[in-house]
Amino acid sequence: MDFWINILEQGLLFGIMVLGVYITYKILDFPDLSVDGSFPLGAAVTAAALIKGIHPIFAIFLSCIAGMMAGAVTGYLHVKIKITNLLSGILVMIGLYSINLRIMQKANVPLFNQKTIFSIGIQPIWIILLFALFIKILLDIFLKTKFGFLLKATGDNPQLVTSLGIDIGFTKIVGLMLSNGLVALSGSLAAQYQGFSDIGMGTGIVVMGLASIIFGEAVLRKVSFILPTTMALVGSMLYKMSMAFALKLRFPTTDLKLITAVIVALALALNEKKIGASIKKIFIVGGECPVTNTKSIKNIS
Amino acid sequence: MSVLLQIQNLSKTFHKDTVNEKIVFEKFSLQVEKGDFITIIGSNGAGKSTLLNMISGSIPMDMGNILLREKDISKEAEYKRTKMIGRVFQDPTMGTSPSMTIFENLSMAAHKGKKFNLTMGISKKDISQFIDLVGQLSLGLEEQMNTKVGLLSGGQRQALALLMSTISNPDVLLLDEHTAALDPRTSERIIELTQKIVEEKKITTLMVTHNLHQAISIGNRLIMMHKGNIILDIKGQQKNELTIEKLLNCFETVQKDDVFSDRLLFS
Ligand SMILES: Nc1ncnc2c1ncn2[C@@H]1O[C@H](COP(=O)(O)OP(=O)(O)O)[C@@H](O)[C@H]1O
Ligand SMILES: [Mg+2]
Repeated sequence: MDFWINILEQGLLFGIMVLGVYITYKILDFPDLSVDGSFPLGAAVTAAALIKGIHPIFAIFLSCIAGMMAGAVTGYLHVKIKITNLLSGILVMIGLYSINLRIMQKANVPLFNQKTIFSIGIQPIWIILLFALFIKILLDIFLKTKFGFLLKATGDNPQLVTSLGIDIGFTKIVGLMLSNGLVALSGSLAAQYQGFSDIGMGTGIVVMGLASIIFGEAVLRKVSFILPTTMALVGSMLYKMSMAFALKLRFPTTDLKLITAVIVALALALNEKKIGASIKKIFIVGGECPVTNTKSIKNIS
Repeated sequence: MSVLLQIQNLSKTFHKDTVNEKIVFEKFSLQVEKGDFITIIGSNGAGKSTLLNMISGSIPMDMGNILLREKDISKEAEYKRTKMIGRVFQDPTMGTSPSMTIFENLSMAAHKGKKFNLTMGISKKDISQFIDLVGQLSLGLEEQMNTKVGLLSGGQRQALALLMSTISNPDVLLLDEHTAALDPRTSERIIELTQKIVEEKKITTLMVTHNLHQAISIGNRLIMMHKGNIILDIKGQQKNELTIEKLLNCFETVQKDDVFSDRLLFS
C-alpha cells in the first residue's frame, strides 16, 4: 500500500513540474532546458527560507517567484539578445547552478528539523493532491482565457500572433516565466517532502518531464475530451510507477536516469504518430537547424 | 478622397554589398486613396510580395518612408503596424492557429486591438455572433465551430483567415496571391468573399494576383509592376474599360523593352 501511495505522492508532486514543462514544450514549442536549474532553485530558495524560519507556504511562494525570474532571464536571452532557445536555456541552467549553491551555501541542506507544509499532521498525499489539483485547474482555466489563447497561438502559429498586433517576444517571456515558476514550485514541494535540498536534484528534470508527457500521451491520447494537463499529471504518475518497478527489479537508483533517457530516445525513435510526435517536432526537426543554418559558425570563424 | 497610405522613395536591396546583391526597389513611390481597392499584377520577381512585406513591416526597408494616415510607420515593429493592417497570405496555414478551434481562432481575431487579459476567451455573447459571421461564408463551417482549424481544407482555412484579418476593421488589407494555393473553384469562392467583405467594410485593399481576369474585374485601380517599378497604373473609367487583350499588349510591350535593353547592353 505504501508503495502505491508513494508513487501517487511523487507522481503528483513532480507532476506540477511536468505541467510546467508542458507549457514550454507543448504549448510554446520552446525546448527550455533552464528547468534543470529552476527545479533545484525552488528547492534552494525553500531550504534557505525554512532555515530562516519563514513560513513554509511563504517559502513556496518565494520559490515560485524565483523560478519565474529564471524563466524571464531565459526569455530575455532568447527574445531580446536573440540567442537560440536551446542555448538560452543552457546558459540559465549553468548560471543557476552557482546561484543555487550561493543560496544554499552548501551542496546539501537537510530540512528534517524544519517546519514544512508536511509537518501539520495531515497525510502528505492529501497536501500534494491539493496543490497538484489546484494548479492543474488553475492552468486549465488560464488556457481558456484570452491571454491563454495567445500563448497557445504563439507555439502554434507565431505569425498569427504578430498579425493580431501582439509582440510575440512578450508572450514567450510570460510563458517561460509561468513554466519555470511551476517547476520551481514543484522543486520547493520536493525539498519539503524529501526533507532536504540538494544541488544535484535538478539533473535530468527536463527529460523526466518529457518522459512523463510521452507516457501520458501514449496511454490517454485515445480518450476523448481529455485535457492535456490531465495527461501530464497521469503521465507523471506512470513515469514514477515505472521507475519504482525498475527499482523493484533491482536496478540501482543511479541507473534510473539512464533508463529515463533510453525511454525518451526510444519513444522518439519509434516512428509512431502522436506519441511524442510534437516533442519530436522540436528535437528532430530542431536538431537539423544547426546544420542548415551555418550563420553562427560563419560568425565565429 | 483623402490619401490613406503613402509610400515615398522606398529603396530595398537584398544581400547588399555581396555577390548576391539584388536591387528590388529604387525610389519607389505609391499613393493609396482611402477606399481604394487596388489589384497588383506583374512578372515574377517584380517585387510585389516584397512591397507588401515592407508595408506590413515583416521585411525592413533600406530607405524611404511609409505613411499610414499621415503617420510615419517606417520605423515601427511589425506587431505595432499589424494593429492597423490586416493580411492574408498565399499559404492558408499562415492565417490561423491549427490546433485551436474555429471559435478560439475567431475570438482571438475579434479581440485584436483590445486587451488580451485573463477574462474568458470565449464569452456567451460571442458565440451566436461568431456563428452568424461564419455562416455568411456559406461553407458549412458554422456546424464545425469546435473543430480544430488544422482539420479544415485549405479553402476553408483561407476563408477563415480572410474573416479573421478583417473582423477588426483594419485600415488597410494586404492580400498576396491569397487564392493561388487553392483549386479554381475554391479560388473563385474566396475572391467573391473578398469582394463582399471589402465592399461591406469599405476596407482599403491591395491585392496581388496572377489572375488577369480577377485583376481587371475587381477593384477601382490596377497596377502593373515590373522590376520594382510601376509600369502601368490604371484607374476609374479607364480601368472599367480595360480588357485582357489591352493588358496583354502592355505585358508584351514591357517584355520587348526588356529584350531591347538587354541587347543594347550587350552590343
Ligand atoms: N528574402 C529575400 N532574400 C533575397 N532576395 C529576395 C528575398 N525576397 C525576395 N527576394 C528577391 O527580390 C525580388 C522580388 O521578389 P518578390 O517580391 O517575392 O517578387 P514577386 O512577389 O513580385 O514575385 C526577387 O528577385 C527575389 O528573388
Ligand atoms: Mg510573390
